[in-house]
Amino acid sequence: MIALGLNVQWGFAGLFNAGIAGFVSIGAYTYALLTTAASPLHYGGLELPLAVGIFTAMVASGIIAALIGVICIRLRADYLAIATIGIAEIIKLILKNSTEITNGPRGINKIPRLWENFTEERFYTDWPMSWFMSVDTWQVFFASLPRWWWQPCFALSIIIVVYVVYRLLERLRLSPWGRMMTAIRENEPAAHAAGKHVEGRRVEAFILGSVIMGLAGAVLAMHLRLIEPTNTFDPSKMTFLVWVMLIAGGSGNNRGAILGSFLIWIIWSASEIVINVGIDLIADITNVHVGILTTRAGYLRMLLIGLLLQYILQKYPLGILPESRPTASGKT
Amino acid sequence: MWDSFGFEFVNFYFIPGIVLGCIYALGAIGITLTFGILRFANFAHGEVMMTGAYVTWTLMAVTGALFGWVLHPLIAAIPSIFVMIILFMIIDRWFYKPFRNAPTIKLVIASFGMMLVIRSLVQVLWGPNQITFVKGIAKPNSFVRDLTGSFDMMILVPNKHFWIMTGTLIIVLVLGYLLTRTRIGKAMRAVSDSPDLALVTGIDVEVVIRATWIVGGACAVAAGVFLAMDIQMLETTMGFRMLLPMFAAAILGGIGKPYGAVMGGLVIGLAEELVSYPWIGDSALISPGYKSGVAFAIMIVMLIVRPSGLFKGRTF
Amino acid sequence: MNNISPALELKNIYAGYGETEILHGVNLSVSAGEIVAIIGPNGAGKSTAIKAILGLLNITKGSVLLDGNDITDTAPDRVVTKGISYVPQTHNVFVNLSVQENLEMGAWTRSDGIDERLEEMFKLFPDLREKRKQAAGSLSGGQRQMVAMAKALMVDAKVLLLDEPTAGLSPKYRGEIFSTIKEINSTGVPILIVEQNAKQALGCANRGYVLVDGTNRFQGTGTDLLEDRDVARMFLGGGE
Repeated sequence: MIALGLNVQWGFAGLFNAGIAGFVSIGAYTYALLTTAASPLHYGGLELPLAVGIFTAMVASGIIAALIGVICIRLRADYLAIATIGIAEIIKLILKNSTEITNGPRGINKIPRLWENFTEERFYTDWPMSWFMSVDTWQVFFASLPRWWWQPCFALSIIIVVYVVYRLLERLRLSPWGRMMTAIRENEPAAHAAGKHVEGRRVEAFILGSVIMGLAGAVLAMHLRLIEPTNTFDPSKMTFLVWVMLIAGGSGNNRGAILGSFLIWIIWSASEIVINVGIDLIADITNVHVGILTTRAGYLRMLLIGLLLQYILQKYPLGILPESRPTASGKT
Repeated sequence: MWDSFGFEFVNFYFIPGIVLGCIYALGAIGITLTFGILRFANFAHGEVMMTGAYVTWTLMAVTGALFGWVLHPLIAAIPSIFVMIILFMIIDRWFYKPFRNAPTIKLVIASFGMMLVIRSLVQVLWGPNQITFVKGIAKPNSFVRDLTGSFDMMILVPNKHFWIMTGTLIIVLVLGYLLTRTRIGKAMRAVSDSPDLALVTGIDVEVVIRATWIVGGACAVAAGVFLAMDIQMLETTMGFRMLLPMFAAAILGGIGKPYGAVMGGLVIGLAEELVSYPWIGDSALISPGYKSGVAFAIMIVMLIVRPSGLFKGRTF
Repeated sequence: MNNISPALELKNIYAGYGETEILHGVNLSVSAGEIVAIIGPNGAGKSTAIKAILGLLNITKGSVLLDGNDITDTAPDRVVTKGISYVPQTHNVFVNLSVQENLEMGAWTRSDGIDERLEEMFKLFPDLREKRKQAAGSLSGGQRQMVAMAKALMVDAKVLLLDEPTAGLSPKYRGEIFSTIKEINSTGVPILIVEQNAKQALGCANRGYVLVDGTNRFQGTGTDLLEDRDVARMFLGGGE
């Protein structure tokens, strides 16, 4: 999902956003603050319904993106990269330091997760659930389901969301707005001369991409149930990996974004397994303490992914699925 | 007269600000040169600083173990500069050169990736934990303390800060000489000015690029070693932390203007330290957690108001 | 008819940027000691011809010969070492370097004789001597043009290429530039000029080529072209 959002910024509009982690964290924190139970540790705890939390997360991300976009949109690519990295760092700093609001470095936990939240009473004691059945009936119902029933529901929901976002973005790409973005990206002076409001369009793309990232952040918060400012949103992992995903999968291509995400994530996770197995082997052979190797191995994975990125960048700059251009009739 | 304001201000805010500024300045020199001559923002620069410090430490540790010598960091830094230069060359040849004529954004992505690759490499080789660079608390230099104490204006400067400040001064002077008096230095300025013209004038741009990496790399290693001396430890996030302020310094001073970068570095270093001084009332102006935000704020303001920087470097 | 090959020759050049072809079979030559002017309307391909010589764009067919040697595929920065000195139309000095430093850079490919050549340049362009420490960017347009030309002459050029040397200059400087060009030529350097300013260019040149739409249209001696009625109709009418 993050990759899809990034694709709007990079693939559609050619904006190099190096501060992805920042926007995702905004979404995550907004959602968390709004939907968790009241707690002395942090602000919020408004126990609002999940849908509200998700929606607000997207809006919050969008607003921040709008502010930043208007200021920074004219910057050249490298400057934009520097600026967005800086912004992500600032966001991280704010989240870390505003201890009264966000519980600082310790983060927020017990974030409600979709479908699983129904195990908490508060989610069905009030509207809209109470419209359908009484509290007791609901309680009996949920208690009767197998303990892990929410997992497939959750996974399915996320897949549905990704699919919906994908379809929307595809329609966008083929729409006049989408084609205009392609024109701007390819030949800005011409687009300018044709009277298109280049900067405005770019800001729009930036905001849209960030809104999607905010959504992703909310979902991430749901999935992890615990978020904190430094490690959850580690830019080396989040920002960098997502970029690799997009570039590997195919920049400018929504399908590529999805493909890239899954592919890289598989490589990432698989490498963990492979390396751990390798470490056990080596430890057996050489009697080196497993612990040391394991921590270092984590970085080895990062190193290899980094090199993979360089390789792809040089040999397959368009990624696995190159961008498919909409033709004049609107079909690809 | 040196009341408590003066004492506290100069010793705990002003001088550390200058020291930090020196470190930023040296790093920013490399960044501004790369930006001006190679035309891209080198995100990997911070990691190079850090690697330089690690390599220096390794050299010190090795010579200590093998020969029982305790090398001063500055002496160990010199061979590590050579090591780093070789590293730079390798990186350029394999990862940056293919994009020489490609759109800049590719270079930026490549350097972004390089940043991660180098950092991971260091983490694999040396481990992610902090390593003590120099043990012990740095005591103020007794000579200066007594001397200025007799004037009622006591200045406490630990030796390490002396090294950093004078080291930076020497490097900047040498750099100035290089750029204005030597053939290659002038060629560097020429390429920074207009690479196309340099090409048709017959200037060998590859040679200039190599020189840029060497000079930038040497400054980066120096900055990294100084930083390690200052905070007395090594850790793998050192480089990234410095990256943003260094970029800010380079932009502040004007891209492509090394003296501007030095000025920018000093300004930002001072600004970062001074904002935590309790100017108004008892608590700091800006809470220390936000210190690193200062550099960023300055940079954003510069980019909006005067992108060519104080010394009128290039705008893109 | 002499059998010495011309200093510079373009034979049937087809060239352009990327996929757009701008020159469709252009022929021209510059012989020893000549001043040759290329004139023509905007977009005719005059500057493109120069860039083709330098290797700055795609040559699909034809060849460029320097003293009979094929330099069609030589890279731009090697072209100088082969003996072609080029003064671009814009960005022709290093603005942040001093006048003297600009000249020193011009001599990059030389290994010796730099100081002597520097002296010669200051004699040729006396104004520059007193401004030698000034940043080139702070000079007026005409003086900058002089720096650019001096810089190009710091090496022993086999051919000097000037791309619109009088563009944007006041009439006073224009005349000075052309007389300087003649003076340089008198030392034996063949010069190829691309010019908008057709009348003055043809007045100072031995021969000229008129390029229109990327092909040769007219050619002849300077005086012939000046008096030709078709040429006059195209460019020379209306006072320039």
